[in-house]
Amino acid sequence: MTHAHADHDHDHGSDLSPVEARVRALESLLVEKGYVDPAALDALVEMYETRIGPHLGARVVARAWVDPAFRARLLADATPTIAELDIGGRGGEHMVAVENTPEVHNLVVCTLCSCYPWPVLGLPPVWYKAPPYRARAVIDPRGVLAEFGVSLPETTRITVWDSTAETRFMVLPMRPAGTEGFSEAALAALVTRDAMIGTGLPRAVPVLAPEMPA
Amino acid sequence: MNGAQDLGGAHGFGPVVPEQDEPVFHAAWERRVFALAMAMGYTGAWNLDGSRAARESLPPARYLASSYYRIWLEALEKQILAKDLVTPDEVAAGTASVPARPVARVLGAGELGPRFRAGFPSDRPADGPACFAVGDAVVTRNDHPVGHTRLPRYARGRRGVVERIHGAFVFPDTNAYGAGENPVWLYTVGFAAEALWGASADPGGRVTVAAFEPYLDPA
Repeated sequence: MTHAHADHDHDHGSDLSPVEARVRALESLLVEKGYVDPAALDALVEMYETRIGPHLGARVVARAWVDPAFRARLLADATPTIAELDIGGRGGEHMVAVENTPEVHNLVVCTLCSCYPWPVLGLPPVWYKAPPYRARAVIDPRGVLAEFGVSLPETTRITVWDSTAETRFMVLPMRPAGTEGFSEAALAALVTRDAMIGTGLPRAVPVLAPEMPA
Repeated sequence: MNGAQDLGGAHGFGPVVPEQDEPVFHAAWERRVFALAMAMGYTGAWNLDGSRAARESLPPARYLASSYYRIWLEALEKQILAKDLVTPDEVAAGTASVPARPVARVLGAGELGPRFRAGFPSDRPADGPACFAVGDAVVTRNDHPVGHTRLPRYARGRRGVVERIHGAFVFPDTNAYGAGENPVWLYTVGFAAEALWGASADPGGRVTVAAFEPYLDPA
């Protein structure tokens, strides 16, 4: 936490922007009142900045790709299944996993605020919380996907999951072709954050050119 | 409430702009606002629904012009004042001038990991049986409460089908105001995109919402 000391230094405020000064004053007040412990604030930032992120969701997806029984449990009852990998907690108490197929592509949004499955994906990116995505994901999902460079076949229908309660959604993307025999770790490396939101697809595996006949 | 937060289906906001290699936070103050909001929520002075209600009740123009952590900051200041945890003078001065009010708990660094790993489930024992079964046709109520609610405008007064039953959950519409958890059944309700958007719907598309039982009538 190299930034912690600088953040707690209240003595040279003249170069602070108004919002920085306001937040420092607020933190100072809430600490002085005893409502918050500054060490817990540092620990919160550290946890979500360095330890909880999409690499955890990628482990869930990779396991589902290699273990059909795990996949079945994940789709039937996601929260305890994800907990088998010691993943879960705040913002993911009630997980639902939805599976992409050639017929159906799933897309997750929270039109009303920023609900997002924190334990598997970390904190949401700015675009997920911003009006353009929240406005258009439900009415123009194919157009939104195009802005992410995703073009689905016309025959693939889209289901949009609006996170309007404490249920939190993660997309189980389709396993990329050419990954037979990949280790779980190698598979997890193909799983992007966006693939688990539904705004992306897993990284493609480079196709080796067939050898020319001698 | 029919506030600026209820964005589903709105036009005019432009394209989605993903950021390459986006950092978790974009400024030091965002880190602190995030952590303060989490830690103050842990005190029990309010609940998650109350936080959402505070954020979405910002005046619409300010809500839409604010970054997300700016909205959190505005709401946090509003909440600590509303709960008399601080005074306006203290907020202005950034220093305490009256004794603190008791709070239920203060988050310690050591307990953060286990407490957040355990989470804060919102499901509760049900008071009675669910009114709807998977496959039931339902119509969402066309209500426009002035307070916090979680049925988006685009999904009000629409016909859909119950796809999943999640159990009984804390009801945000009352819990946001400290008026009780009032657990009610929660369902996934699926709508044909056409039922929501008419001719502009993505062909064959569907949209689902998580809908609390008081939002639903039999179709």
